[in-house]
Amino acid sequence: MTAALTVRTEDLSVRFAGVPALDRLDLRLAPGKIHGLLGRNGSGKSTLAATLAGFRRPDEGRVLIEGGDLGTAQEPYENAVVTSRVCLIRESGDRPDAVPVKHAVGLAAALRPYWDADLAGDLLDRFEVPLNKKIQKLSRGKKSALGVVLGLASRAPLTIFDESYLGMDVPSRNLFYDMLLADYAEVPRTIVLSTHLVSEVSAMLEEVVILDQGRLVTQSPVDALRGRGASIVGPAAAVDEFTGGFTVLAEERLGGTKSSTVLGDLDPALLAQATAAGLEIGPVGLQDLFVHLTGVKS
Amino acid sequence: MVFDDRSPIYLQIAEQIKNDIVTGALAEDEQVMSTNQYAAFYRINPATAAKGFAQLVDDGVLYKKRGIGMFVAPNARDLLRTGRRDSFFADVVDPMIREAKAIGIPLKDIVQHIRSYGEA
Repeated sequence: MTAALTVRTEDLSVRFAGVPALDRLDLRLAPGKIHGLLGRNGSGKSTLAATLAGFRRPDEGRVLIEGGDLGTAQEPYENAVVTSRVCLIRESGDRPDAVPVKHAVGLAAALRPYWDADLAGDLLDRFEVPLNKKIQKLSRGKKSALGVVLGLASRAPLTIFDESYLGMDVPSRNLFYDMLLADYAEVPRTIVLSTHLVSEVSAMLEEVVILDQGRLVTQSPVDALRGRGASIVGPAAAVDEFTGGFTVLAEERLGGTKSSTVLGDLDPALLAQATAAGLEIGPVGLQDLFVHLTGVKS
Repeated sequence: MVFDDRSPIYLQIAEQIKNDIVTGALAEDEQVMSTNQYAAFYRINPATAAKGFAQLVDDGVLYKKRGIGMFVAPNARDLLRTGRRDSFFADVVDPMIREAKAIGIPLKDIVQHIRSYGEA
Protein backbone atom coordinates (compact mmCIF):
# COMPACT_ATOMS: atom_id res chain seq x y z
CA MET A 1 0.00 0.00 0.00
CA THR A 2 1.40 3.33 -1.03
CA ALA A 3 1.09 6.01 1.60
CA ALA A 4 0.92 9.56 0.34
CA LEU A 5 3.68 12.00 1.19
CA THR A 6 3.50 15.60 2.36
CA VAL A 7 5.83 18.16 0.84
CA ARG A 8 7.02 21.37 2.45
CA THR A 9 9.41 23.99 1.24
CA GLU A 10 10.89 26.50 3.65
CA ASP A 11 12.32 29.72 2.30
CA LEU A 12 13.44 27.77 -0.77
CA SER A 13 15.67 29.57 -3.22
CA VAL A 14 17.46 28.21 -6.27
CA ARG A 15 19.65 30.41 -8.45
CA PHE A 16 21.24 29.94 -11.83
CA ALA A 17 24.41 32.01 -12.13
CA GLY A 18 23.08 34.32 -9.45
CA VAL A 19 19.67 34.76 -11.12
CA PRO A 20 16.86 33.45 -8.91
CA ALA A 21 14.76 30.67 -10.46
CA LEU A 22 12.94 30.11 -7.19
CA ASP A 23 12.75 32.97 -4.76
CA ARG A 24 12.14 32.22 -1.06
CA LEU A 25 9.27 29.82 -1.64
CA ASP A 26 7.16 28.63 1.29
CA LEU A 27 4.75 25.90 0.27
CA ARG A 28 2.93 22.92 1.67
CA LEU A 29 1.50 20.24 -0.60
CA ALA A 30 -1.09 18.26 1.31
CA PRO A 31 -0.86 14.46 1.06
CA GLY A 32 -3.11 12.41 -1.21
CA LYS A 33 -4.26 15.24 -3.45
CA ILE A 34 -3.74 16.08 -7.11
CA HIS A 35 -1.94 19.41 -7.19
CA GLY A 36 -1.54 21.60 -10.23
CA LEU A 37 1.73 23.48 -10.54
CA LEU A 38 0.87 26.30 -12.90
CA GLY A 39 2.96 29.06 -14.36
CA ARG A 40 4.17 30.47 -17.62
CA ASN A 41 7.33 29.26 -19.32
CA GLY A 42 10.29 30.23 -17.15
CA SER A 43 8.23 30.75 -14.00
CA GLY A 44 10.24 28.16 -12.05
CA LYS A 45 7.90 25.15 -12.32
CA SER A 46 10.55 22.77 -13.62
CA THR A 47 13.15 23.99 -11.16
CA LEU A 48 10.69 23.44 -8.31
CA ALA A 49 9.80 19.96 -9.60
CA ALA A 50 13.48 19.02 -9.89
CA THR A 51 14.26 20.35 -6.42
CA LEU A 52 11.33 18.49 -4.83
CA ALA A 53 12.55 15.27 -6.47
CA GLY A 54 16.10 15.74 -5.18
CA PHE A 55 17.57 16.32 -8.64
CA ARG A 56 18.87 19.67 -7.49
CA ARG A 57 20.24 21.07 -4.22
CA PRO A 58 18.58 24.24 -2.87
CA ASP A 59 20.82 27.30 -2.70
CA GLU A 60 18.95 28.46 0.38
CA GLY A 61 16.16 27.08 2.48
CA ARG A 62 15.08 23.47 2.19
CA VAL A 63 12.63 20.91 0.92
CA LEU A 64 11.11 18.53 3.47
CA ILE A 65 9.24 15.38 2.57
CA GLU A 66 7.37 13.50 5.26
CA GLY A 67 4.60 11.07 6.03
CA GLY A 68 3.87 7.60 4.73
CA ASP A 69 6.60 5.14 5.63
CA LEU A 70 9.27 7.85 5.78
CA GLY A 71 8.60 8.77 9.38
CA THR A 72 10.10 12.14 10.18
CA ALA A 73 10.65 14.86 7.60
CA GLN A 74 13.66 14.32 5.36
CA GLU A 75 15.38 16.29 2.63
CA PRO A 76 15.35 14.58 -0.77
CA TYR A 77 18.77 15.62 -2.09
CA GLU A 78 21.26 12.69 -2.07
CA ASN A 79 18.76 10.66 -0.03
CA ALA A 80 17.94 7.30 -1.63
CA VAL A 81 15.15 6.46 0.82
CA VAL A 82 13.27 9.60 -0.21
CA THR A 83 14.11 9.62 -3.92
CA SER A 84 12.97 6.02 -4.42
CA ARG A 85 9.56 7.20 -3.22
CA VAL A 86 9.49 10.36 -5.30
CA CYS A 87 9.00 9.90 -9.02
CA LEU A 88 9.63 12.85 -11.33
CA ILE A 89 8.77 12.35 -14.99
CA ARG A 90 10.14 15.01 -17.30
CA GLU A 91 9.75 15.40 -21.02
CA SER A 92 13.50 14.92 -21.47
CA GLY A 93 13.02 11.40 -20.16
CA ASP A 94 16.14 11.22 -17.95
CA ARG A 95 16.81 7.75 -19.39
CA PRO A 96 19.61 6.11 -21.35
CA ASP A 97 18.41 6.27 -24.95
CA ALA A 98 20.37 3.47 -26.61
CA VAL A 99 18.61 0.62 -24.79
CA PRO A 100 15.29 -1.08 -25.54
CA VAL A 101 12.11 0.01 -23.76
CA LYS A 102 12.06 -3.17 -21.67
CA HIS A 103 15.39 -2.21 -20.04
CA ALA A 104 13.97 1.10 -18.86
CA VAL A 105 10.94 -0.78 -17.52
CA GLY A 106 13.20 -3.30 -15.76
CA LEU A 107 15.28 -0.52 -14.22
CA ALA A 108 12.17 1.23 -12.86
CA ALA A 109 10.89 -2.11 -11.50
CA ALA A 110 14.18 -2.60 -9.65
CA LEU A 111 14.35 0.91 -8.20
CA ARG A 112 10.74 1.64 -7.29
CA PRO A 113 9.54 0.03 -4.05
CA TYR A 114 5.85 0.23 -5.00
CA TRP A 115 6.26 -0.78 -8.66
CA ASP A 116 3.22 -2.55 -10.12
CA ALA A 117 4.26 -4.82 -13.00
CA ASP A 118 0.70 -5.69 -14.04
CA LEU A 119 -0.21 -2.04 -14.31
CA ALA A 120 2.98 -1.35 -16.31
CA GLY A 121 2.15 -4.15 -18.77
CA ASP A 122 -1.43 -2.97 -19.16
CA LEU A 123 -0.36 0.64 -19.72
CA LEU A 124 2.36 -0.28 -22.25
CA ASP A 125 -0.34 -2.15 -24.20
CA ARG A 126 -2.83 0.67 -24.05
CA PHE A 127 -0.30 3.31 -25.12
CA GLU A 128 1.11 0.87 -27.71
CA VAL A 129 4.72 1.31 -26.65
CA PRO A 130 6.84 -1.45 -28.25
CA LEU A 131 8.94 -3.27 -25.62
CA ASN A 132 11.80 -4.31 -27.86
CA LYS A 133 12.38 -1.04 -29.67
CA LYS A 134 15.29 1.17 -28.63
CA ILE A 135 14.10 4.28 -26.84
CA GLN A 136 15.96 6.58 -29.25
CA LYS A 137 13.95 5.04 -32.13
CA LEU A 138 10.60 5.92 -30.53
CA SER A 139 8.55 8.87 -31.78
CA ARG A 140 8.26 11.87 -29.48
CA GLY A 141 4.72 10.80 -28.57
CA LYS A 142 5.80 7.26 -27.67
CA LYS A 143 8.71 8.57 -25.60
CA SER A 144 6.25 10.72 -23.65
CA ALA A 145 3.93 7.74 -23.30
CA LEU A 146 6.76 5.63 -21.92
CA GLY A 147 7.44 8.35 -19.33
CA VAL A 148 3.79 8.40 -18.33
CA VAL A 149 3.72 4.60 -18.00
CA LEU A 150 6.82 4.60 -15.79
CA GLY A 151 5.36 7.42 -13.70
CA LEU A 152 2.04 5.71 -13.12
CA ALA A 153 3.35 2.15 -12.62
CA SER A 154 5.90 3.39 -10.06
CA ARG A 155 2.95 4.20 -7.82
CA ALA A 156 5.35 6.49 -5.99
CA PRO A 157 3.84 8.17 -2.90
CA LEU A 158 4.86 11.48 -4.52
CA THR A 159 4.59 11.49 -8.31
CA ILE A 160 5.42 14.60 -10.32
CA PHE A 161 4.65 14.93 -14.03
CA ASP A 162 6.54 17.93 -15.37
CA GLU A 163 4.94 18.69 -18.75
CA SER A 164 5.82 15.09 -19.50
CA TYR A 165 2.76 14.51 -21.64
CA LEU A 166 3.19 17.50 -23.96
CA GLY A 167 4.63 15.33 -26.72
CA MET A 168 1.50 13.19 -26.78
CA ASP A 169 -1.39 13.78 -29.15
CA VAL A 170 -4.86 14.56 -27.81
CA PRO A 171 -6.22 10.97 -27.71
CA SER A 172 -3.07 9.82 -25.88
CA ARG A 173 -3.28 12.72 -23.42
CA ASN A 174 -6.91 11.86 -22.74
CA LEU A 175 -5.89 8.25 -22.16
CA PHE A 176 -3.23 9.51 -19.73
CA TYR A 177 -5.81 11.59 -17.84
CA ASP A 178 -8.19 8.61 -17.66
CA MET A 179 -5.47 6.23 -16.47
CA LEU A 180 -4.21 8.76 -13.95
CA LEU A 181 -7.66 9.27 -12.41
CA ALA A 182 -8.43 5.54 -12.41
CA ASP A 183 -5.18 4.60 -10.72
CA TYR A 184 -5.35 7.53 -8.32
CA ALA A 185 -8.82 6.37 -7.25
CA GLU A 186 -7.40 2.91 -6.60
CA VAL A 187 -4.18 4.02 -4.89
CA PRO A 188 -4.48 7.60 -3.64
CA ARG A 189 -1.15 9.36 -3.56
CA THR A 190 0.29 12.84 -3.82
CA ILE A 191 0.39 13.88 -7.44
CA VAL A 192 1.76 17.07 -8.96
CA LEU A 193 0.92 18.02 -12.54
CA SER A 194 3.11 20.82 -13.77
CA THR A 195 1.65 22.50 -16.81
CA HIS A 196 0.62 25.65 -18.57
CA LEU A 197 -2.34 23.87 -20.23
CA VAL A 198 -4.63 25.16 -17.49
CA SER A 199 -7.97 24.57 -19.13
CA GLU A 200 -7.10 21.02 -20.12
CA VAL A 201 -6.19 19.76 -16.65
CA SER A 202 -7.98 22.10 -14.26
CA ALA A 203 -11.00 19.83 -13.66
CA MET A 204 -8.70 17.03 -12.48
CA LEU A 205 -6.95 19.15 -9.87
CA GLU A 206 -7.86 19.65 -6.24
CA GLU A 207 -5.31 22.34 -5.40
CA VAL A 208 -3.22 24.71 -7.45
CA VAL A 209 0.09 26.43 -6.89
CA ILE A 210 0.67 29.35 -9.24
CA LEU A 211 4.23 30.54 -9.75
CA ASP A 212 5.42 33.66 -11.48
CA GLN A 213 9.09 34.56 -11.82
CA GLY A 214 10.07 32.09 -9.14
CA ARG A 215 7.64 33.47 -6.59
CA LEU A 216 4.42 32.09 -5.24
CA VAL A 217 1.43 33.98 -6.66
CA THR A 218 -1.21 31.93 -4.90
CA GLN A 219 -1.92 28.50 -3.51
CA SER A 220 -5.56 27.57 -3.25
CA PRO A 221 -8.15 24.83 -3.72
CA VAL A 222 -8.90 25.08 -7.42
CA ASP A 223 -12.66 25.31 -6.94
CA ALA A 224 -12.13 28.34 -4.70
CA LEU A 225 -10.31 30.10 -7.52
CA ARG A 226 -13.19 29.49 -9.90
CA GLY A 227 -15.45 32.42 -9.31
CA ARG A 228 -12.86 34.41 -7.35
CA GLY A 229 -12.39 36.82 -10.21
CA ALA A 230 -15.07 39.12 -11.50
CA SER A 231 -15.30 41.46 -14.43
CA ILE A 232 -17.03 44.78 -13.79
CA VAL A 233 -18.29 46.65 -16.84
CA GLY A 234 -20.02 50.04 -17.00
CA PRO A 235 -19.47 53.80 -17.08
CA ALA A 236 -15.82 54.46 -16.23
CA ALA A 237 -16.46 56.63 -13.17
CA ALA A 238 -18.90 54.12 -11.66
CA VAL A 239 -16.52 51.23 -12.31
CA ASP A 240 -13.64 53.09 -10.65
CA GLU A 241 -15.74 53.96 -7.62
CA PHE A 242 -16.90 50.36 -7.22
CA THR A 243 -13.50 48.70 -7.73
CA GLY A 244 -11.69 51.07 -5.34
CA GLY A 245 -11.52 48.47 -2.57
CA PHE A 246 -10.46 45.54 -4.77
CA THR A 247 -7.25 44.26 -6.28
CA VAL A 248 -7.60 45.22 -9.92
CA LEU A 249 -5.91 42.69 -12.22
CA ALA A 250 -6.66 44.27 -15.56
CA GLU A 251 -8.45 47.27 -17.04
CA GLU A 252 -9.71 48.08 -20.50
CA ARG A 253 -11.48 51.15 -21.84
CA LEU A 254 -13.67 51.64 -24.85
CA GLY A 255 -14.90 55.23 -25.03
CA GLY A 256 -16.74 56.01 -21.81
CA THR A 257 -17.14 52.33 -20.92
CA LYS A 258 -14.64 50.58 -18.75
CA SER A 259 -14.07 46.91 -17.98
CA SER A 260 -12.08 45.96 -14.90
CA THR A 261 -11.10 42.48 -13.78
CA VAL A 262 -10.90 42.27 -9.99
CA LEU A 263 -9.95 39.64 -7.47
CA GLY A 264 -12.23 39.13 -4.53
CA ASP A 265 -15.46 37.70 -3.27
CA LEU A 266 -18.51 39.65 -4.29
CA ASP A 267 -21.19 39.04 -1.70
CA PRO A 268 -24.88 39.58 -2.51
CA ALA A 269 -24.89 43.07 -0.91
CA LEU A 270 -22.04 44.18 -3.15
CA LEU A 271 -23.69 42.63 -6.18
CA ALA A 272 -26.91 44.49 -5.47
CA GLN A 273 -24.94 47.71 -5.02
CA ALA A 274 -23.20 47.18 -8.36
CA THR A 275 -26.43 46.45 -10.18
CA ALA A 276 -28.01 49.54 -8.68
CA ALA A 277 -25.06 51.58 -9.97
CA GLY A 278 -25.76 50.26 -13.50
CA LEU A 279 -22.75 47.96 -13.59
CA GLU A 280 -22.61 44.55 -15.18
CA ILE A 281 -20.83 41.86 -13.20
CA GLY A 282 -19.55 38.69 -14.81
CA PRO A 283 -17.50 35.72 -13.64
CA VAL A 284 -13.92 35.25 -14.79
CA GLY A 285 -12.74 31.79 -15.83
CA LEU A 286 -9.76 30.05 -14.32
CA GLN A 287 -7.73 30.31 -17.51
CA ASP A 288 -8.32 34.08 -17.69
CA LEU A 289 -7.60 34.48 -14.01
CA PHE A 290 -4.35 32.57 -14.50
CA VAL A 291 -3.42 34.82 -17.41
CA HIS A 292 -4.14 37.95 -15.36
CA LEU A 293 -2.28 36.67 -12.30
CA THR A 294 0.85 35.76 -14.24
CA GLY A 295 0.65 38.05 -17.24
CA VAL A 296 2.67 41.03 -18.29
CA LYS A 297 1.40 43.97 -16.28
CA SER A 298 -0.54 46.31 -18.49
CA MET B 1 -21.26 17.44 -19.82
CA VAL B 2 -18.60 20.07 -20.13
CA PHE B 3 -17.87 21.96 -16.96
CA ASP B 4 -17.67 25.71 -17.00
CA ASP B 5 -14.41 27.15 -15.75
CA ARG B 6 -16.14 30.14 -14.19
CA SER B 7 -17.87 28.64 -11.18
CA PRO B 8 -16.93 25.87 -8.74
CA ILE B 9 -17.29 22.46 -10.40
CA TYR B 10 -18.82 20.85 -7.32
CA LEU B 11 -21.78 23.25 -7.59
CA GLN B 12 -22.15 22.42 -11.28
CA ILE B 13 -22.18 18.71 -10.43
CA ALA B 14 -24.88 19.27 -7.81
CA GLU B 15 -26.94 21.31 -10.29
CA GLN B 16 -26.66 18.64 -12.96
CA ILE B 17 -27.86 15.89 -10.64
CA LYS B 18 -30.71 18.07 -9.37
CA ASN B 19 -31.71 18.67 -12.98
CA ASP B 20 -31.72 14.95 -13.69
CA ILE B 21 -34.01 14.45 -10.71
CA VAL B 22 -36.42 17.24 -11.69
CA THR B 23 -36.71 15.96 -15.27
CA GLY B 24 -37.12 12.39 -14.03
CA ALA B 25 -33.91 11.12 -15.67
CA LEU B 26 -32.98 9.99 -12.15
CA ALA B 27 -35.84 8.33 -10.28
CA GLU B 28 -36.44 8.48 -6.55
CA ASP B 29 -34.63 5.73 -4.63
CA GLU B 30 -32.47 5.12 -7.70
CA GLN B 31 -28.76 4.65 -7.05
CA VAL B 32 -26.50 7.37 -8.43
CA MET B 33 -22.96 6.81 -9.73
CA SER B 34 -20.21 6.49 -7.14
CA THR B 35 -17.95 9.51 -6.83
CA ASN B 36 -15.09 7.54 -8.42
CA GLN B 37 -17.27 6.45 -11.34
CA TYR B 38 -18.49 9.99 -11.72
CA ALA B 39 -14.94 11.38 -11.57
CA ALA B 40 -13.71 8.88 -14.16
CA PHE B 41 -16.66 9.45 -16.47
CA TYR B 42 -16.40 13.23 -16.47
CA ARG B 43 -12.61 13.28 -16.04
CA ILE B 44 -12.68 15.34 -12.88
CA ASN B 45 -11.02 15.17 -9.49
CA PRO B 46 -12.72 12.57 -7.22
CA ALA B 47 -12.62 14.97 -4.25
CA THR B 48 -14.53 17.54 -6.30
CA ALA B 49 -17.17 14.96 -7.20
CA ALA B 50 -17.39 13.90 -3.56
CA LYS B 51 -17.94 17.51 -2.51
CA GLY B 52 -20.81 17.88 -4.99
CA PHE B 53 -22.44 14.71 -3.72
CA ALA B 54 -21.92 15.73 -0.08
CA GLN B 55 -23.71 18.99 -0.78
CA LEU B 56 -26.70 17.05 -2.14
CA VAL B 57 -26.74 14.82 0.96
CA ASP B 58 -26.73 17.97 3.12
CA ASP B 59 -29.62 19.36 1.09
CA GLY B 60 -31.63 16.17 1.58
CA VAL B 61 -31.61 15.37 -2.14
CA LEU B 62 -29.46 12.23 -1.83
CA TYR B 63 -29.05 9.75 0.98
CA LYS B 64 -26.28 7.31 1.79
CA LYS B 65 -26.57 3.60 2.36
CA ARG B 66 -23.47 2.55 4.20
CA GLY B 67 -21.27 0.30 2.09
CA ILE B 68 -23.61 0.40 -0.90
CA GLY B 69 -23.66 3.91 -2.26
CA MET B 70 -25.84 6.97 -2.68
CA PHE B 71 -29.47 7.11 -3.68
CA VAL B 72 -32.01 9.74 -4.66
CA ALA B 73 -34.13 10.71 -1.64
CA PRO B 74 -37.82 9.65 -1.85
CA ASN B 75 -39.08 13.23 -1.70
CA ALA B 76 -36.23 14.78 -3.72
CA ARG B 77 -38.26 15.61 -6.81
CA ASP B 78 -40.98 17.44 -4.86
CA LEU B 79 -38.38 19.26 -2.80
CA LEU B 80 -36.54 20.49 -5.90
CA ARG B 81 -39.68 21.34 -7.83
CA THR B 82 -40.97 23.42 -4.94
CA GLY B 83 -37.68 25.25 -4.76
CA ARG B 84 -37.70 25.97 -8.48
CA ARG B 85 -41.34 27.06 -8.46
CA ASP B 86 -40.48 29.65 -5.81
CA SER B 87 -37.92 31.26 -8.08
CA PHE B 88 -39.65 30.58 -11.43
CA PHE B 89 -41.12 34.07 -11.91
CA ALA B 90 -37.98 35.88 -10.81
CA ASP B 91 -35.59 33.60 -12.77
CA VAL B 92 -37.57 32.86 -15.92
CA VAL B 93 -40.61 35.10 -16.42
CA ASP B 94 -39.24 38.48 -15.34
CA PRO B 95 -36.19 38.35 -17.65
CA MET B 96 -38.50 37.34 -20.53
CA ILE B 97 -40.75 40.33 -19.88
CA ARG B 98 -37.75 42.68 -19.69
CA GLU B 99 -36.50 41.35 -23.02
CA ALA B 100 -39.98 41.65 -24.58
CA LYS B 101 -40.22 45.27 -23.46
CA ALA B 102 -36.73 46.06 -24.72
CA ILE B 103 -37.45 44.73 -28.21
CA GLY B 104 -41.05 45.97 -28.37
CA ILE B 105 -43.16 42.84 -28.10
CA PRO B 106 -46.54 43.71 -26.48
CA LEU B 107 -47.33 41.63 -23.41
CA LYS B 108 -50.69 40.65 -24.91
CA ASP B 109 -48.80 38.86 -27.73
CA ILE B 110 -46.90 36.87 -25.12
CA VAL B 111 -50.11 36.00 -23.30
CA GLN B 112 -51.67 34.92 -26.57
CA HIS B 113 -48.64 32.75 -27.37
CA ILE B 114 -48.82 31.10 -23.96
CA ARG B 115 -52.56 30.47 -24.41
CA SER B 116 -51.83 28.65 -27.69
CA TYR B 117 -50.26 25.90 -25.54
CA GLY B 118 -53.69 25.36 -23.99
CA GLU B 119 -54.40 25.04 -20.31
CA ALA B 120 -51.51 22.78 -19.27
